Amino acid sequence: MDIPYAIQPRPDTGLYNAKVGIWLFLASEVMLFGGLFSAYVLLRVGADPGTWPHGWQNLTLGTINTVVLALSAITTLLAWVACKAGQFGRFRFFHACTLLFALAFAIIHLNEYHEDLTHYEIHLTSGLIADGHMVENNLKEDYVTIEGRTVNDEKLLYDLRSQTIKESEIKIPRTEIASMESYGPWHNTYMALDFTMTGLHLLHVIAGSVVIGYLWLFGRKMWRTDPERFTNRVEVSGLFWHFVDLVWIFLFPVLYLT
Amino acid sequence: MSDSHETKTTAAQPPLHDGHPVDFNAYLRRCGFIFVGILCAIGMMLWISYLPGHTWALKSALILVVACANAFVVAGFLMHLLSEKKMIYTLLAVTVFLFIGLMGLTLYAMQDFPAGTQMH
Amino acid sequence: MDTTVEQFPPFRQPEDAPHAHDDHGQHEHHEPGFWSKYIFSTDHKVIGIQYGFTALCFLLFGLFLMLMMRWQIAHPGTPVPVIGPLLAKILGNVAAGGVISSELYNSFGAMHGTIMVFLGIVPLAFAAFGNYVVPLMIGAVDMAFPRVNLASYQAYFLGGLVMTVSFFIPGGAAQAGWTSYSPLATTIPTHGQLFWIIGMVLLISSSLMGAINFIATIIQLRAPGMTWMRLPWFVWTQFVTAFLLLLAFPPLEAACVMQFMDNVAHTSFFLPTGLAVGGQLAHISGGGSPLLWQHLFWFLGHPEVYVLILPAMGIVCEIIANNTRKPIWGYKSLVYSVLSLGFLSFIVWAHHMYLTGMGTAISTFFQATTMIISIPSVIILTCLFISLWGGSIRFNTPMLFALAFLPMFGIGGLTGLPLGFNVSDVHLHDTYYIIAHFHYIVAPGTIFALFAGIYYWFPKMTGRMMNEFWGRVHFWCSLIFMNLVFMPMFAQGMAGMLRRMSDGGANYSAAVNSRAGAEVIGGLSNDIMALHVWILWAAISLGIAQIPFIVNVFWSMKHGEKVTSDNPWNSTTLEWQTPTPPPHGNFTHTPTVYRGPYEYSVPGHPRDFAPQNEPLGGSHPTPSPQAEHGKQLAEDENRKTQNAMSHPKEIKH
Repeated sequence: MDIPYAIQPRPDTGLYNAKVGIWLFLASEVMLFGGLFSAYVLLRVGADPGTWPHGWQNLTLGTINTVVLALSAITTLLAWVACKAGQFGRFRFFHACTLLFALAFAIIHLNEYHEDLTHYEIHLTSGLIADGHMVENNLKEDYVTIEGRTVNDEKLLYDLRSQTIKESEIKIPRTEIASMESYGPWHNTYMALDFTMTGLHLLHVIAGSVVIGYLWLFGRKMWRTDPERFTNRVEVSGLFWHFVDLVWIFLFPVLYLT
Repeated sequence: MSDSHETKTTAAQPPLHDGHPVDFNAYLRRCGFIFVGILCAIGMMLWISYLPGHTWALKSALILVVACANAFVVAGFLMHLLSEKKMIYTLLAVTVFLFIGLMGLTLYAMQDFPAGTQMH
Repeated sequence: MDTTVEQFPPFRQPEDAPHAHDDHGQHEHHEPGFWSKYIFSTDHKVIGIQYGFTALCFLLFGLFLMLMMRWQIAHPGTPVPVIGPLLAKILGNVAAGGVISSELYNSFGAMHGTIMVFLGIVPLAFAAFGNYVVPLMIGAVDMAFPRVNLASYQAYFLGGLVMTVSFFIPGGAAQAGWTSYSPLATTIPTHGQLFWIIGMVLLISSSLMGAINFIATIIQLRAPGMTWMRLPWFVWTQFVTAFLLLLAFPPLEAACVMQFMDNVAHTSFFLPTGLAVGGQLAHISGGGSPLLWQHLFWFLGHPEVYVLILPAMGIVCEIIANNTRKPIWGYKSLVYSVLSLGFLSFIVWAHHMYLTGMGTAISTFFQATTMIISIPSVIILTCLFISLWGGSIRFNTPMLFALAFLPMFGIGGLTGLPLGFNVSDVHLHDTYYIIAHFHYIVAPGTIFALFAGIYYWFPKMTGRMMNEFWGRVHFWCSLIFMNLVFMPMFAQGMAGMLRRMSDGGANYSAAVNSRAGAEVIGGLSNDIMALHVWILWAAISLGIAQIPFIVNVFWSMKHGEKVTSDNPWNSTTLEWQTPTPPPHGNFTHTPTVYRGPYEYSVPGHPRDFAPQNEPLGGSHPTPSPQAEHGKQLAEDENRKTQNAMSHPKEIKH
């Protein structure tokens, strides 16, 4: 039983079924990330003045990730063009690039999460605050070593862009620690939003990679029997991938630059 | 790179895209321009964020404008939205309207409260 | 760069495609096994029936939850009869001695709402009826994405499973209401809320997949000649409903993700600074906003209620047209109204939040849009009412339910007006008035329409009619008891009885009354409290009234009166132009549509109805000049659309 217009476009709409389907799905995804972005705007606007972080993210890694994802978007388009041109080999090359770029993005991003989770804010019993990355958490001799700085006012920890920060190795005996917390999503609403939004985005990157990977690995069979249908699948998965890139185009400035 | 190969039984059709033969190299060049455009947008956003002496509100607004332009390029050319059909445009227009409604009305609601009270 | 150009055959047309790529493997010579035919089928009809049965089971489950709650309200602290010991055995401490504790009551309340809305009504109204009927009505062979359809059912089933299982985990199911407001939803120490969130994410995914399928199908797979304005109005309502689900659910999904993070990762999306739990400051980062949850929830929540009602209105429209033997009055008004209703439904949500301390400007905005949205609703109801005028009404069971829908929905809708104005809502919010209002719309409203649909389409699905006598018994008992259950709640709400009071207001009344004797305004009078017992008995009777229906459904499948034609109701719409029950692929030949959906009692036509795919002038003895002209115009239009489309193909199996 053949579903009409699965491959050939329907004359009055000019679209084939899967294209309508993927744009509908992308519309719902716009609303999904829209919900998160409006949460971001609301929580940021409602935050007490001077408490919203600036410059907490690694700008170098973020920029690299942005470039990597943009490149992957381009290779995705070229993979589809190769299919349209009947060049399966080129398709495989470009989508291999896409998958490699996706892997690079994921690795870099997971590294950023690791950096955040090993970054600690330590409130000392003296009233000072030590802030930096964990170097050693010595349970036997009961001290903690971080690579960071000590400040006397918590407000100094928020806007890192307006300060020049000198970091050094600080060794803190556990008896002087009043409380210790890593820069995880529990740390403040900014980190919560960062982890949640980039986390959801990363899940979409993974899902997109799985689909593209499947087409890359097992596409030859369908290419031989029904190349047009296969090309449509490449186009549709490519549209999803471009959307994932679009979300990052907004996530990067919002979380890293502003 | 032309693909004028012949198979044994049927005559080969040159690869077609909407009735025109596919010129891979032209696409490659186009993608190059798009990539350069994206890099420029990224650079501009970085530059704006480092500008001294402006409020974060203003800088954020400017950065978002550049981000929107970047998004337009990606959506328009890479997702070939500019050559898409009316049906898709209508769907997206509705979505954008609702997105703005969700954001805008929620923000407005949080800003509007009786004097002497707080909104959290 | 790979420069070898591989030798591949040129692109082929679908007709040349080898049989091997037929995904369903439906060869003429072997039948699919039980599992691929009934459980893992991608046929929209099978999936529709799966949705239908699962949803009806959940509706019954929701009914039982309600009965237990009503018992507790009417007789607080007394063990539930019959099933009390069973509850105590299964659920342990929260139902010690067969008495429903406050925690258990709250769980039942939260889950009754969730189950009825998300596991019962939406799957039945949208997914079950939509899946079965819409492809048939538009002349399609199946949905646009059959495997996505199957995935959507499976996600629904899993979501339902997660929700059901949550009753049996330590601590029980979610307790924060179907609205799951934070911070309560996060600070309750049990894990039921997590299951609720996971279940909701699965259900939302299911709905999204379904919505995409419906919209793509309706846009792309209409038969030749089936223009937009020839669609049966039921298809229009499903189309708009699908859009509501597609665009309104994701913000709730985002909110669920954030609430999940709040519960599991100790974030503070919805937890404000300075939150105290159990008298102590909570160890959270703060900075969150409980109102943010409410905005995101109600952004879905309001379109959701239109999701509940629109398919029902569509079903009622089909049945009224069929049983009055005349066209629906105001088809164009109905179409434009449903489109504007869908659109407006997205910008009224904060009328659920009038008591959150919003300022007057924003309240006025939402109040205005809420008032405006009542206009298309009234237009729709008016068109349906006017359609009755001058009709040759056949009072069969589907028609009885469809007719009852009109005043019941009318009551529900009109009682919503005081709630739309923020001044009167201040008094009525969170009282039993609200419960009465929305139950009138969904219970004697939507559910009656769904019953009507089941009685109406049962002959097409099974080839047998349901028993008419027991159908009428079911109808009259349900109508009477529904009203007896919900009408008193308006009075209770206006007297000040609040929602979600596990003892029916006894403590609240006692506390108020004990302060300054009976002079204090605000206590609930004995008369108001006495209504609880009446409502309990009405609810039990309502439950008993469903037994004839359940028996009727199962009995009629095997022993019902067999239909004598594929079109026992003499209907015009395309779903009746298939064999009974429709086979895989639905139509023996792709239908071509020549007429609108409600060509009943056309002057000069030998029968009192003209099916949509009946060619023009087919059995017309002496055409009048107007008919000739009309026929010529229609044929020209059909020729134009046919030229624009590919030729209808024979369906291959």
